[in-house]
Amino acid sequence: MTPLMLVAEDFTAPGPSIFDFPPLYEGAPSWLTKPVLMAIFGAIVVTALAWSAFANPKLVPRGMQNVGEMGYQFVRDQVARPFLGKDAERWMPLLISLFFLILLWNLFGVIPLIQIPVASHIAFPIVFAVTIYVIKVYLGIKHQGLGGYFKNMMFPPGLPKAIYVLLAPIEFLSNLIIAPFTHAVRLFANMFAGHLILAFFSAVGFWFLFEKPTLLGAGLGVVGAIMTIAMTGFEMFIEFLQAFLFTLLAAMYIGGSLHPDH
Amino acid sequence: MTLAATLLAAEGENPLIPHAYELVVGSFAFLVVFLVVGKILTPRIQKTLAERTEAIEGGIKKAEDAQAEAQRTLEQYRAQLAEARQEAARLREEAREQGAAIKAELREEAQTEARRIIEAAHAQIEADRQQAITQLRGEIGRLSTELASRIVGESLEDEARQRRIVDRFLEELEGRPETVR
Repeated sequence: MTPLMLVAEDFTAPGPSIFDFPPLYEGAPSWLTKPVLMAIFGAIVVTALAWSAFANPKLVPRGMQNVGEMGYQFVRDQVARPFLGKDAERWMPLLISLFFLILLWNLFGVIPLIQIPVASHIAFPIVFAVTIYVIKVYLGIKHQGLGGYFKNMMFPPGLPKAIYVLLAPIEFLSNLIIAPFTHAVRLFANMFAGHLILAFFSAVGFWFLFEKPTLLGAGLGVVGAIMTIAMTGFEMFIEFLQAFLFTLLAAMYIGGSLHPDH
Repeated sequence: MTLAATLLAAEGENPLIPHAYELVVGSFAFLVVFLVVGKILTPRIQKTLAERTEAIEGGIKKAEDAQAEAQRTLEQYRAQLAEARQEAARLREEAREQGAAIKAELREEAQTEARRIIEAAHAQIEADRQQAITQLRGEIGRLSTELASRIVGESLEDEARQRRIVDRFLEELEGRPETVR
């Protein structure tokens, strides 16, 4: 055994169990857990912030309206317009709700005391992904017809016939089964892994500097503390990026159903 | 205890299996956010942004109009200024012409006056000369007669003779060039 292993003998790295939460208090209903509470809290905060920004918008924006408009214009210019074109305004209500809610839920991962990205529980990304999936299929059939939708999806024109044998099942699988799955899992996995990494480094720092401070382990503890800070910054970026990406994919799916050729 | 063993031991639930209650809460939260943020608030900000675009475009249009108006006014002023300058130049020219005319007229008048005065003076002088000649003639006659009578010693009483003599004498005098003048 190396000295380092000796030092780390009693240390247990945090595992997936850190995502299991008991009911909030003794005798509470089993569904009333921290993630559930934070999901509701996040929805309330998003609604309140949006209300303070947009409830009574002025031609010359002030305070919160400026912040809100920044978010609104970001989603409109970076997400809605590139994928939806002239339909952008019509889909902004859905996209803005998605983006703001996911972003705040994600940012909960680095907010002290909350420190749980809501989307690290897969149920929440599933809600969004299923919503988008239903809209996508509904719009596709509505705008292209039942046959047209599947034909456009599985048989894009201009390819040699033999290719379709291979392409049609792949396209079907990718569009109707894999896409919604990855849509949800991408967000979930990023939040899950990010939270696990943060938990790991902070556990290392806490364990080797406070729980079992030893001369040999102190260096490890310092590394853990520094990495926790660095990864918190990185996580903030990932949390924003995933909210953006999820909204972007939603806009892409909707745009694809409205205009199959593009 | 290895890490894998720890993980296995700690694993209570599969993180890929969603909790039913979280699906419900998530749907509810999303629905609330969508209804309030999406359906109530987003149209408001969309309306405001559209109005702002309109206001800015309107402002630009207004500014363009104002600029055009200013340009028009400037042109007008320039035209008026040019007109005024032309008018001033015209008036100056007119004044100069008038001045020149007045000057010429005055000079003419003055010359006429001067000529008149000179002529009058000449006439006066001529008259004076004539008068002086006449007077002188009488005086000279009397003086000569008196002188002659004193020299000769006899009185030339005969008036007619006396005058004839004097006249002859004077004619002789006048006959000589450059005498009386």
